[in-house]
Parts: sequence; C-alpha cells; structure tokens
Amino acid sequence: MNFQSDGIRLTASGVSCVRGGRPLFAGLSFELAAGGAITVLGSNGAGKTSLLRMIAGLLAPAEGTIELRGGPGSVGEAAHFLGHLDAVKGALSVSENLDFARALLGGGGASNEIALARLGLNALQDLPAHMLSAGQRRRLALARLLAAPRLIWLLDEPTAALDAAGKEVLIGMMDEHRTRGGMVVVATHLELELEDAREIFISNGRAV
Amino acid sequence: MSTLSAIVLRDLKVALRAGGGAGIGVIFFLTLMTIVPFAVGPDMPLLTRIGPAILWIGALLASLLGLDRIFAADHEDGSLDQLLLSAAPLELIAAAKGLAHWLATGLPLVIVTPLLGLMLGVEPKSLFAVALTLFVGTPGVTFLGLVAAALSAALPRGGLLAAVLVLPMSIPLLIFGVVSTHVAIADGSLGAPFRFLIAISLFFLVLGPVAAAAALRHVRE
Amino acid sequence: MPLIDYANPNRFQKVAAWLIPLSGAAAVILIALGLLMGFRAPPDYQQGEMVKVMYIHVPFAWLSLAAYTLMAVSALGTIVWRHPLADVSGKAAAQMGAVFCFLCLVTGSLWGRPTWGTYWDWDPRLTSVLVLFLLYLGVLALWRAFDDPNRAGRAAAILALVGFINVPIVKFSVDWWNSIHQRSSITLGKSAIDPAMLYPLLISAVGFFALFLALYLAAMRNELLRRRARTLRILRSAEAEG
Repeated sequence: MNFQSDGIRLTASGVSCVRGGRPLFAGLSFELAAGGAITVLGSNGAGKTSLLRMIAGLLAPAEGTIELRGGPGSVGEAAHFLGHLDAVKGALSVSENLDFARALLGGGGASNEIALARLGLNALQDLPAHMLSAGQRRRLALARLLAAPRLIWLLDEPTAALDAAGKEVLIGMMDEHRTRGGMVVVATHLELELEDAREIFISNGRAV
Repeated sequence: MSTLSAIVLRDLKVALRAGGGAGIGVIFFLTLMTIVPFAVGPDMPLLTRIGPAILWIGALLASLLGLDRIFAADHEDGSLDQLLLSAAPLELIAAAKGLAHWLATGLPLVIVTPLLGLMLGVEPKSLFAVALTLFVGTPGVTFLGLVAAALSAALPRGGLLAAVLVLPMSIPLLIFGVVSTHVAIADGSLGAPFRFLIAISLFFLVLGPVAAAAALRHVRE
Repeated sequence: MPLIDYANPNRFQKVAAWLIPLSGAAAVILIALGLLMGFRAPPDYQQGEMVKVMYIHVPFAWLSLAAYTLMAVSALGTIVWRHPLADVSGKAAAQMGAVFCFLCLVTGSLWGRPTWGTYWDWDPRLTSVLVLFLLYLGVLALWRAFDDPNRAGRAAAILALVGFINVPIVKFSVDWWNSIHQRSSITLGKSAIDPAMLYPLLISAVGFFALFLALYLAAMRNELLRRRARTLRILRSAEAEG
C-alpha cells in the first residue's frame, strides 16, 4: 500500500540533546520528505539513539522542535521505532506478537504469513518467542514493520544480530518503503548502503 | 481487535503463561491468613473480630505484589516504547494494563476470600458481602498503584518503593473496606461505608491512569 | 522586578543572600516574643502548663500543611509551567515540610502524655499528621531513587500532586474512622482558646513561618549548589575522556 505522503515533511529545527548533564549535540535541523532517508552516523554513545528517541517523541529535546508538517498527528503516532531492545514478549508465540503489534500500531499491512515469510520466520509461527535466537527475535521485530504500516521508520542499529541475508532483506524492505512514500531514519555506526540518503554525523558534541 | 482489549489480553496471557500471576498472589494471601492465628492465638472470637481487618491487609499486600512489574517488565524489553507510539490515549492504555493486572492478581483474591473468611470465623451468610467489598476495593488499590508502578518503572528496586508510595494513600480504601466488611458480617447488608468505598475506588479508577500516563510521559528519561 | 525574574538561579542566589538572614532574624525575634508572651499567660485550667507546648505544636501543624501545599504548587510549576526553579522549590519544601511534620508529631506526643496518659493515642488529628508524614517520606524516597535530579523532580512532582489530591480524602477517612470507633478521648487543644493565649500563638506562628522561609530558601540554595557541583563533575569527567 502506498502512503498518501506527498505534502508531508518530517522537520527538526534547532534540536539539542543533553543526557546525564552532558550536552551531546545542539542546533540540529533537517527536513525529510516522502521517500527520503537519513542515516545517522557516529560512535557508540554519541547520541544517535537519543536523536531517534527524540524524533519518536519518547524523549524530550533540551531545545528545539520536531514535528510532522502536513501530517494528521504527532510524529510518534506515525512512526515505527526499532530500538536496541526487540519489544518481543517471550511468553507469546511469534504470530501472537505480530497480532499484538498490529492491534497496537494499526493494521492493514502484510498478513502474518507474508511478513514472516519475508523474514524467514514462518516455520516458527507458533513457537513461543522466548525460544528464538537473538537474530530471529530481531527479524520478528522487523516483521512488525511490515505487519503494521506506518509512515516513518526509526531504526536504531537495525542490522545488529542480523546475518548477511537478513541485512539484504532489511535493505530491500527500506527501499520498498521509500518507494511507497515512506521515510526512513537509520542510526548505525557502520555504513549502510542507502541511496540518496542525507547523512547526519554526530561526534564529540556536534552534529553535522 | 481494539488496541485496549489487545493490551488486556496480552498482559493476561503473559501473566498466566510466564509463571507467577494468579497463583502466587492467592498462595501469598492464603499463607498470610494462616500465619495470623499463630501470631495472635487460636482465639476464635478474637479472630472473628479482626478477621475483616486481616483479610483486607492481606488483600492489600497481595495486590501490591508485582505492582511495580506492571510497567517495569515492558520497560525492560522495550515494549513500553511501543505502547507510547500507539494512537490510543496513554491514559486508556494505562487503564488497560491496570485492568489486566487486577484480573490476574486482584480478582483471584476476591474469589478465594469466602474460603479464607470461613477460616477466620466469618458467618457463611456474610461471605458474599465480604467478597463484594473486596471486589469493589481491590480495583481501587490496583489503579492507585498504577501511579507508583509508572514512577518506579525504570528504577532497579522499584518493588518496595512502589508499595511505600501506595500504602498511605490506600488508607481510605482500607478504612471503608474494613468497616463495610464489618457491617456486612453484622447484618449481611452494605450501607453507607460501602458507598464511600465505591466512590473512593471509582475516584482512583480515574486518577490512577491519568497520573500514571503523566508519569510515563515525563519521568522515563 | 516581577516574581518570574527570580527564576534565574544566579538572581535567586543574590536574593537568598539577604532574604535568608532577614527571615532568620525575624523568626528569632517573633518566636522569642511569642513564647515570652505565652509563658506569661495563665496556665490552662484543664491541662496546666503543658498546654503551652501548643505555641510550637500548632504552628508546626499549620506549617506541615502549608509546606505540602507549597510542594504541590511547586509540582504544578515543574510539570505544567516548566519553571526552572520549581523542582528545587519542591524538594526544599518536601525536606523542610517533613522536618516540621515530624516535630509536630513529637510535640503532639509530648503534649498528649499528660493529657491521655500515653505517648500515643491515635487521636484523629495527630493520626492525620502521621499519614501526612508518610506522604512526605514517600516524596523524599522518590527524590533519592533517581540519579538525575531533573527526572527525580518530575517524578516527585507527580507524586506530590497525587498525594495533595488525596489529603482531603485521607483526612475525611481518618475522622470518620475515629468517629465510628466511638472514642471519647480528649482531643488536643479542643477547648476554646483564651485571647490571652491567642496573640502569643499567632505571633509565634508568624515567627515559625519566617523560620520556615529561611530554612526553605537555604535548602533551595544548597540544592542549587549541589546540582552545580554535579554538573561540574560530569563535565570534568567528560573532558577527561577526551
């Protein structure tokens, strides 16, 4: 499905971040349009996660604003956030986890079969999630992105725990999402091949 | 399936499958009731007199069991972030989690109360009224506890802290609950104290989720 | 200068520098005056000389409630209006309020000994103060539980507001609880107050409020200094890492 996102912009102006009393970066601004992507680079602890959490609305910026211009609600309501933790409930089965994600974040996306097949998990559908390996849990978290369609994808080190095949699938997913009008913001300390992506580099208290 | 019922169902499934949940709260309650006579002496008239008080204190403590886990478990596996991204209002999400917690922890206590009441010398004709007072009061405790759960979600040893924060504010529930139970035992009816109990419980049913949502928004980081 | 300008921590420190000693001096004068007048008043026919502990017990009770209200207003300032000094004010109010609340309990107990025959009687008013003390302790415990003072401030603010809303409910319940257990013990200070005792009480009350103001401002100043020290420590460790 395509997002009706032509006039929508994700904008940040003058955003600064202070964590544990330490300033991580200040004065960051960007604008992201439909189909666009941003890669956030920097070493561990630089502030990449904080930036993503600020965009999602999970963390308040010390200064500045982040908003979805032309969009119906807040950024958080239009975003997927994939953090270091997978948000997978071990006591539920793989498909129960996906069903819950759909109920929580909105349905209308790929069915469980399709989403899990794309990520190579459909043999494990009814398995309790606590039996999955770290890589499989990561892929289950990614399946969420397909099952519940949302405009903005905020991915924090999504390739962690993924093997080469998994990375391929992820890049494919991101490209398709952008083709459909979605937006992607990826934080990574490695290079990730994304076409036409603006790069934000956070290091030593500055963001460029 | 609507978001809120999905949350209630998910939490119930996790509580029932992942050990603890309904069972442990009831066992704790039963154990508490059993040790009181050892401390007080097997003096039936005395136990009958303090029976409702012990039932209520036991239910209160058992309800506070795992209170801090309502949000802490979600915080630890990243699910809390997902809840904050939902389109549903955070207050209702908090209420849904409170409901799930009460269904898993509070309701079993209410069901077991008549049995324990017998152990403490309560007349059979009054057992239903006794259970009813707990049925009305325990949701109030759970929903009041939502605030403490939300405030201590990210803290390492939040359990005891959450209980300390909740107990003083649950005193009104305790007072009216015990008196309602006494009245229920005395003449099997539910009078003015019961109405106060309902009112206070309803008040916490609203205040709890609202304050918990504020805590989740402002306090997490 | 509008009140909001005292928001600037440096400006606050400058104001505190003269306001604290001034309130302190006023406190000493007024309390001494009030107590002097009070001790010259005739002893109560029922409770003898012991009733004069009222000159400090009653102001302590008023202060406990006033401090909690101040804490609740500070809490609104933290969460709703985002005033920079609001959480510092809340912490200071909590600390000083807890102290005065505790002193109220102690003086109440001492007053109760000759009146009731025991040091504690579950008198409804004193019991309400005890519950208020527990609420204070909860807020202080929450302050201590967080490393980051800003997070702690927001958490304590929410708890303070929830507690504030609950105070009338608790008071009502405790009074009701007391009445249904049909206790007939003498409540402290129930008898009408002789005008000869009223003026000393009011003067010492104002004196104690001035004392509270001095201590509260001093506590705020200390907290600001503590945070400054913490920030400097963090910045230094960040520099050391390179």
